[in-house]
Amino acid sequence: MTSDRPTTLLAELTHRCPLHCPYCSNPLEMVRADGELATEDWKRVFTQARALGVLQLGLSGGEPLIRKDLEELAAHARGLGLYSTLVTSGLGLTRPRAERLRDAGLEHIQISIQDSDPEVAEKIAGVSSVKQKRAAAAIVRELGFAFSINVVLHRANLDRIGPIIDLAASLGADRLELANTQYYGWGLSNRSWLMPTRDQIVRAQAVAQEAMHRYRGTMQMIFVLPDYFEHYPKACYGGWGKLYIVVSPDGRVLPCHGATQITTLSFDNARDHSLDYIWHESAAFQAFRGDAWMREPCRSCPRKTVDFGGCRCQAFALTGDAANTDPVCTLSPDRGMIDAAIVEQTEPAEFRYRILSAEPQRA
Amino acid sequence: MTLTLTSRPALWRLARLDYDPVRKRPVLLYPEGAVLLNETGAAILELVDGARTIADIVELLGQRYGTDVTTDVTEYLSDLARRELIRDV
Repeated sequence: MTSDRPTTLLAELTHRCPLHCPYCSNPLEMVRADGELATEDWKRVFTQARALGVLQLGLSGGEPLIRKDLEELAAHARGLGLYSTLVTSGLGLTRPRAERLRDAGLEHIQISIQDSDPEVAEKIAGVSSVKQKRAAAAIVRELGFAFSINVVLHRANLDRIGPIIDLAASLGADRLELANTQYYGWGLSNRSWLMPTRDQIVRAQAVAQEAMHRYRGTMQMIFVLPDYFEHYPKACYGGWGKLYIVVSPDGRVLPCHGATQITTLSFDNARDHSLDYIWHESAAFQAFRGDAWMREPCRSCPRKTVDFGGCRCQAFALTGDAANTDPVCTLSPDRGMIDAAIVEQTEPAEFRYRILSAEPQRA
Repeated sequence: MTLTLTSRPALWRLARLDYDPVRKRPVLLYPEGAVLLNETGAAILELVDGARTIADIVELLGQRYGTDVTTDVTEYLSDLARRELIRDV
């Protein structure tokens, strides 16, 4: 039994999406439309999450606007007192739709931008999208939503971080998240084309820091160094089963959105169990709580209360065992594979685009 | 950012004050974040409206608690201002 209560629920309402970004955080094997939770299921999940202590709700995907019941779900969330964020590509955010969402009580919209250069942006998204995103941003501003822009950074756009920041400001963002690509699932299978150079990271960090001062008070900026370029791993969501719950489109309840790739775990479904039961009792949520599961070098490391051994998904994806130290840690015996990935850059090549295909794809 | 008695603090446009019925605590909610508040913090933030100065807030709370709260209020709001949750308007 943990005394911790989750603060955030990420509801992945669907994996369907008009974009095909090669770093998508969705799993390689995605849920098809006929496997998605129904409206009443999602409402029950939100109600249970609120009772468990959740304050923040991410309405995410895929592209959540594809769900016709989004307004109904947003209204239910607001009725419960949740602070909701719509995490969207912007595609499909027409003015009438945005007005209905505002009337439903939605407070915050986050739109993804792929690049300041329209050509590269559309190459990354794999679809014509720049015009629609800019129109969506204007609607979000006009209707007075809290407005964030999220940009995933990688080798092909990192040198334009300056123009990207200025674009976000000119679109009227209150907040800008500059998120370096995370190498799980789709990102990992495209790693050699996405991985920046150390020089790029150093230059980008300087540009971001200067811009943070310049935009202070008008646009809040978040820029975190990619973990491959750090000495120690990131404290993934404050530790496993500590603050964060993800519900996948088919109802599986996860400690983080990447957890399904840990194939040695099985995840209970919100169709079968309450969130309260899954949070407190399920084997998957207890698997890496606390530090009893840790091995060396984590077990005796003073940083174990700071970063909790890093990311379990990354440990599994790269070392084959989720209980190993996250290999980005310089104390990990597996750090060499991270250093090798940083130097192993290839010329821009064909991305492996995210597609929800009839046949499951595997890396 | 350090605020002074003449500052006119306002909550960040994206933040709102609410009550968490599960933890039974007032809470400041904003995108991707939440700050659980104690009663004193909530009492200060309830008076933050973009019109009152810090001096006004200090006076109102000083009357309520019967003590000088200048340092408490100024430091509390300056800390939230450094975290960009409070703006000086």
